[in-house]
Amino acid sequence: MTENGHAIIVIIVMGMAVLATRIVPVLVFGRGEKVPELILYLGRVVPYTAMGLLIVYCLRDMPVLEAPHGLPEIIALAAVTVTYLWKRNTIFSVVIGTALYMFLVQSVF
Amino acid sequence: MRKITSKDIGAALRTSSPIIVTFIVLGIGYGILMQKHGYSPVWSLLSGIIIFSGTAQFVSVTMLSSGSVLMAGITALMISARHVFFSISMIGRYNSEGRRKGYLYYALCDETYAMLSKDDGPEGVNVSNYRLLVTLFDQSAWVIGSFLGGWIGTLLTFDSTGIDFAMTALFTTVFIQQWLDNRNHLPAVLGVAATLACRLIFGRDIFLIPAMVIIIGVLIAARGRIEPEGTDIRTENGIPAGNDDLAGGESHD
Repeated sequence: MTENGHAIIVIIVMGMAVLATRIVPVLVFGRGEKVPELILYLGRVVPYTAMGLLIVYCLRDMPVLEAPHGLPEIIALAAVTVTYLWKRNTIFSVVIGTALYMFLVQSVF
Repeated sequence: MRKITSKDIGAALRTSSPIIVTFIVLGIGYGILMQKHGYSPVWSLLSGIIIFSGTAQFVSVTMLSSGSVLMAGITALMISARHVFFSISMIGRYNSEGRRKGYLYYALCDETYAMLSKDDGPEGVNVSNYRLLVTLFDQSAWVIGSFLGGWIGTLLTFDSTGIDFAMTALFTTVFIQQWLDNRNHLPAVLGVAATLACRLIFGRDIFLIPAMVIIIGVLIAARGRIEPEGTDIRTENGIPAGNDDLAGGESHD
């Protein structure tokens, strides 16, 4: 097999795997006209659990025991929280938090 | 299917703007990495359309030239298992999306999910068009960024270390808004606590899978406490669920 052939196959196989995780649950639980009540319930509550899951997922490699002990993350998250409670503006908080974080990891820690 | 208006486009752009900027920058990073491994911008573009998962694509770079195809597939399954969780919770919302369903699920990445995992869109906007556009803008930004990265990425001297924090910040703002909107904080606390505990117990590679199993298990077991007898978590503060497309209502076809 040529090297490009291998690359194409890997991309297609990985694409199918990712697509399966996005589509198979729908094919299993969302086929009928009427969506099962339990699935509707999970649809209402899962989004409230998913943000916490995603935040922890984003911070999965944060070093807690070694320096800088997650300080850049903690400081930047505090900035996001305070600015969001103050302005209730997502873009404002994301820009401030990210700029602060980039400054901290590039120039301070 | 209602015609897409400039109002729909404006609202979707406003929602997507932090994601668009970050995806272009991260996409450039991916495109540069691909270029360094000998893959032209067209490869990055193809990968962004076929795989469309940032984490899976970054991991795939070292697997493209050699290695087991089966392992690549298993790795992609493990990395994106969290999408099962997201897709399940969109079934009720997307059930009336008709022919758009296929695209909406295929391109449902973490960030798009964070923006669209509620029942309505901004006021006065057609929710079906809004969902389609947010999903499309987010994916396009990633694909365009990765193409640009391979093409002109080496000309950029800007140090983007830490830019990925934008996604953490984005999820945090959604988390805070949900916290303010809801009196029942059990699901929010459960999401953080279960995932954190699993990260500590199971290590960095597979912790999301046990975390999702625990979360779904607890949500089902605690249903009586989360939504006591006929109440709906979304209406707890006395705010009507509003544009409830689960009830049928307007057909989007």
